[in-house]
Amino acid sequence: MRLEGTGLTCVRGGREVFAGLSFSVGAGQALLVTGRNGAGKSSLLRMVAGLVRIASGRLALADADPEQTLPEQAHYLGHLDTLKSSLTVAENLSFWTRYLGGRSAPQAALVELGLDALADLPAAYLSAGQRRRLSLARLRAIKRPLWLLDEPTSALDQDAQDILARLMRDHLAGGGIIVAAAHGAIGLDGAGTLRLGAGP
Amino acid sequence: MSALAALFMRDVRLAIRVGGGGGIGVLFFLTVVVLMPFAIGPDLALLGRIGPAILWLGALLASLLTLDRLLAGDYEDGSLDLILMADTPLELAVAAKAAAHWLTTGLPLVIATPLLGLFMNLDGRASAAVALTLLVGTPALTFIGLIGGALSVALRRGGLLLAVLVLPLTVPVLIFGVSASNAAIIGPLPFGTPFTILCALTLVSLVVGIFAAAAALRQGME
Amino acid sequence: MALIDLANPTRFLRLAHRALPWLIELTGALFVIGLYLAYRAPDDYQQGATVKIMFLHVPSAWLGMLCWALMSVAALGTLVWRHPLADVAAKAAAPIGAAFTFLCLVTGSLWGRPMWGTYWVWDARLTSVLVLFLMYLGVIALWRTVEDPSRAARAAAILTLVGAINLPIIKFSVDWWNTLHQPASVMRLDGPTIYPTILIPLLVMALAFTLLFVTLLVAAMGNEILRRRVRTLMLMQAQSAPGSAE
Repeated sequence: MRLEGTGLTCVRGGREVFAGLSFSVGAGQALLVTGRNGAGKSSLLRMVAGLVRIASGRLALADADPEQTLPEQAHYLGHLDTLKSSLTVAENLSFWTRYLGGRSAPQAALVELGLDALADLPAAYLSAGQRRRLSLARLRAIKRPLWLLDEPTSALDQDAQDILARLMRDHLAGGGIIVAAAHGAIGLDGAGTLRLGAGP
Repeated sequence: MSALAALFMRDVRLAIRVGGGGGIGVLFFLTVVVLMPFAIGPDLALLGRIGPAILWLGALLASLLTLDRLLAGDYEDGSLDLILMADTPLELAVAAKAAAHWLTTGLPLVIATPLLGLFMNLDGRASAAVALTLLVGTPALTFIGLIGGALSVALRRGGLLLAVLVLPLTVPVLIFGVSASNAAIIGPLPFGTPFTILCALTLVSLVVGIFAAAAALRQGME
Repeated sequence: MALIDLANPTRFLRLAHRALPWLIELTGALFVIGLYLAYRAPDDYQQGATVKIMFLHVPSAWLGMLCWALMSVAALGTLVWRHPLADVAAKAAAPIGAAFTFLCLVTGSLWGRPMWGTYWVWDARLTSVLVLFLMYLGVIALWRTVEDPSRAARAAAILTLVGAINLPIIKFSVDWWNTLHQPASVMRLDGPTIYPTILIPLLVMALAFTLLFVTLLVAAMGNEILRRRVRTLMLMQAQSAPGSAE
């Protein structure tokens, strides 16, 4: 499996965010997207996720499941939590496992992310770090080959960052692909780098 | 199928836990209906004649004003992104959400109608007629409102814009709903004629609403 | 024991726990006496036995208004003195007041049916009670919508005080509205001047209703305090779990 982008151009709000971008990531490989704020890291991830229109260029996931589109085979972890405050932790996760389908293990994911003690608590009581962990639990619980992570370490304490690093290692070892946008290191060793925007 | 059932149940659960389900919609309906005689005067005979119209207007406003949270909530917390990335078609997803909305907002309005008919000096038969037309008509209001909700999803001040967009589209439903109610009460038109047209309008709005809303969402996201 | 001692929620819970059985028994006894006296009271020459709905209807109206007055005092307690139990009292009282007001509307409606031929007329008094009922529902909706209890308390307190100021205005304007458009039928809500045989049962029932209100309020306040404790425990549980440092 290989994620390939060729000559990608993104226009948002009338402004050309980036143009002529090309990259390639194979199975078991990770790509770290860096650049200053506004360079288009989030836009690129959302473009791969199918949430932003491709102004020109081509995007393809080669040797993947032909029955499914690219977004259906990807996890998108953005800045927002996708949590409903009045549902419990367990209800939030089990909704996504049922809706996004695929082979899923919600209980094991809660345990691994250290949230099983809070499973019956309404999500309103969670701190920012715990909400982020719940989003990571979604990635752990539902199997999809492509991970699109936008600043995944934000709001995470050291323990959670270690868990994230482990999750990412396991995903890559299983032949998955990770494209992550970040300002600094996020615990991915040996990742290729894609720098957006001019300047340092 | 299980994915849609999960979405439907989640929305029903959310509607019940936040603000007591149809409670706030029914309360608004009650308030609007009670306000009318203050403006019109307590003449019972007059109120009885325009009762069906007042109930229909109240139900229309109560339905519409609760619709803007339908899609905005999912947009604001990022759930809409994930819904777009699932293999369940977006059309079915919005249909499931609209169905949950009708069950928790529209249906309570229908159930409250006989009680409110009392305030409007409607007898049992009249109240039943209005309730029946509302039972058939409120789904149309929900699915038409879905279009406005999808168009205004990314906007902060969505509520009023949504109402402005959607109200003209609901005019046929209002006309035939009130006319069917009046036909049942005073005739001379048989109840069946406007009622079947109302049913047809509802069926059309179900289909058009779903496709238009999904298209609007896709346009708005990209 | 000073009133201020009740300010401590734990102490209130203990007192409530001890007082509740007495309150329940006293309320029950007063209701038995009141209903018996009402049963023995003479029928109205015009309305027959239906006039006895008055023994339920009038006390509910009084209690509906008394409850709002109490909620207003509690609102002052929240906003001005920040009394810890004021929020609890206000939140607990609202549904009880709404229930009494609803009872007033229903009994009035049933009483009116034989007299007016319809369950509802837009009479000045009924209408102002209906508006009061809507205001109760509004306050309850506000309590439920705002998540944080202390913010909800302050918002509800403001609404309650505005409502208290507004109630005489509403009453006046509805009276005025009602006299502008003379209704078609003639209302005879007031019976003849009140004889002791009617007055005494009425007062006993009023006392019974008041005690019922106090009992329900004390029980509801206890429940609300416990509910807040549960919420605090859940917050603490979330804070002690991993990842809570952020």
